[in-house]
Amino acid sequence: MSAIRTIAAFGLQEALRRRVFVVVALLTVAFLVLYGLGTWQAFEAVEDSGAQDSIDGLEPSVVAGATLLGLAMFGTLFLGTILAVFLTLGAVRGDAERGLLQPMLVRPVTRRTLLIARFVAAAAVCGAYVAAVFVAAAVITWVLGGWWPDRIVTPALELAGAVAIITALSLAGSVFLAATANGIAIFMVFGAGLVAGLLGQIGEALGSDTLDDVATTASWLLPFEALYQAALAAITADTVGFTRLAIDLGPFGGAEASGPLLWPWAALYLGLVGLVALAGFNRRDL
Amino acid sequence: MLFTVPPALAVTDLRKSYGAVHALRGVDLEVGEGELFGLLGPNGAGKSTLVKIACGLVRPSAGSAEVIGAAAGSLDAQRALGYLAELFRFPEWLSADELLVLHQRLAGSTGGATERAELLALVGLGEAAQRRVGTMSKGMQQRLGIAQAMVGSPCVLLLDEPTSALDPAGRRTVRWLLEELRSRGVTVLLNSHLLSEVELVCDRVAIIVGGQVVAAGTPAELSRPKGVEIETAAGARVVEGAGRADAPRIVRELVAAGEEVYGVRVLTSSLEDSYLEAVGGDEAERPA
Repeated sequence: MSAIRTIAAFGLQEALRRRVFVVVALLTVAFLVLYGLGTWQAFEAVEDSGAQDSIDGLEPSVVAGATLLGLAMFGTLFLGTILAVFLTLGAVRGDAERGLLQPMLVRPVTRRTLLIARFVAAAAVCGAYVAAVFVAAAVITWVLGGWWPDRIVTPALELAGAVAIITALSLAGSVFLAATANGIAIFMVFGAGLVAGLLGQIGEALGSDTLDDVATTASWLLPFEALYQAALAAITADTVGFTRLAIDLGPFGGAEASGPLLWPWAALYLGLVGLVALAGFNRRDL
Repeated sequence: MLFTVPPALAVTDLRKSYGAVHALRGVDLEVGEGELFGLLGPNGAGKSTLVKIACGLVRPSAGSAEVIGAAAGSLDAQRALGYLAELFRFPEWLSADELLVLHQRLAGSTGGATERAELLALVGLGEAAQRRVGTMSKGMQQRLGIAQAMVGSPCVLLLDEPTSALDPAGRRTVRWLLEELRSRGVTVLLNSHLLSEVELVCDRVAIIVGGQVVAAGTPAELSRPKGVEIETAAGARVVEGAGRADAPRIVRELVAAGEEVYGVRVLTSSLEDSYLEAVGGDEAERPA
């Protein structure tokens, strides 16, 4: 436990010293400022259009708020993914090739300990980051548009879970691939997951069972996508009627919660990814 | 009940293959407690592979390696070890002191600031405790690497080319350090290309060529007689194959034959000669 703490703290200290967090904080502030500007403009436009009274039972501010926050969640997950990938892409093979890993592993530290420590540090930072940015975006939406999501804690946790899975995939990838190849691979997997989710939403709108099946399978194979979809669904979990219909027709509207098995599967998936990474790491000559 | 003390490092029929390349082809070695053991061999001979297997960084294809009786790579073996890799790097953003703190924590050392100050002073970096690794010369980093390897007072030190980046003064410091370690009873496996250095400090030496031990023994054992040089009125001549014990007889015979003998010198091969003979490089490496 002490070695896990030491290596995790070392990883965080490295990110601090290399000013990773400063850069991330500055870019996040820029993102949130731009998001605030967009949100303010969007709600102004909704108010000016007089859409509030056009259709009975439709709440345009809810549609606007949910769509904007959905967009922010996409951006947040993307930023969290970048952070996760850059914190872990060279954790094993990259560090070993640079000669940084060997001095640590000749200490009484198992390879499993090193993997767990690197995962814990990166997942904690990235998870906290996406949760914080999501809550900040929700607060901005509420302050500027007066709309608050139906759920706040659940989607924050689901986004954190999604980014933890991406962290685990990136860490596992670092065992088998060189840093650059790993970074590319993880972003492609991330993109594939998001495309599958979008296909699912299109399939839902078109009533295509095939697209729906493809999206569902992809979501189970890449549970970060399922968690992201569940988080999107959670922000309008209690919304019904015409407003629900309008949200469903929007770019982030077709998202569906995957049910009670999602979290157990995500935990099992993390375990499986960890086992594969450990098996590969144990076989690797350094 | 009889207890036997396990050797500091024991390697039995150790083999390692990387695909079709055989890095080690059945190495047997035993390094005793407190011994300073030199590992010699040309590039690609398998020396670093052997050291890495002992550290648990590389898995053997066959055979076994044990450190203080524990399987190489096990936590018990790692607790007993200190290691400096040939190609190492420390995080540039850490100061010398912070690097040692990190390794103290990983090694479970309770030495604290006293141990760190002592180690840095020992390698001549007492004034550079707060200096960042990234601002240090390669030689300073190598000395820091030696200090890092000594964190937690390991009883076995594996040093892979510890003086490759050092200037003559730095090498002398390391030589002195190795002698100090020997006086403390620390076992050292020294992997080096610097034969004169190995000859000066090591108790025993093994020469590895092509993944096999081709010669082993004390530097004196490896330095075989080359003959006796006799200086007479006719000039100097060498009686090849003769040793120290033959010198009086040779002198007697020469005197009996009416020659004046002005000087006698017993010639022995240096470790370098033995090494070059073992690796077959005395002629091959000579430039045209």
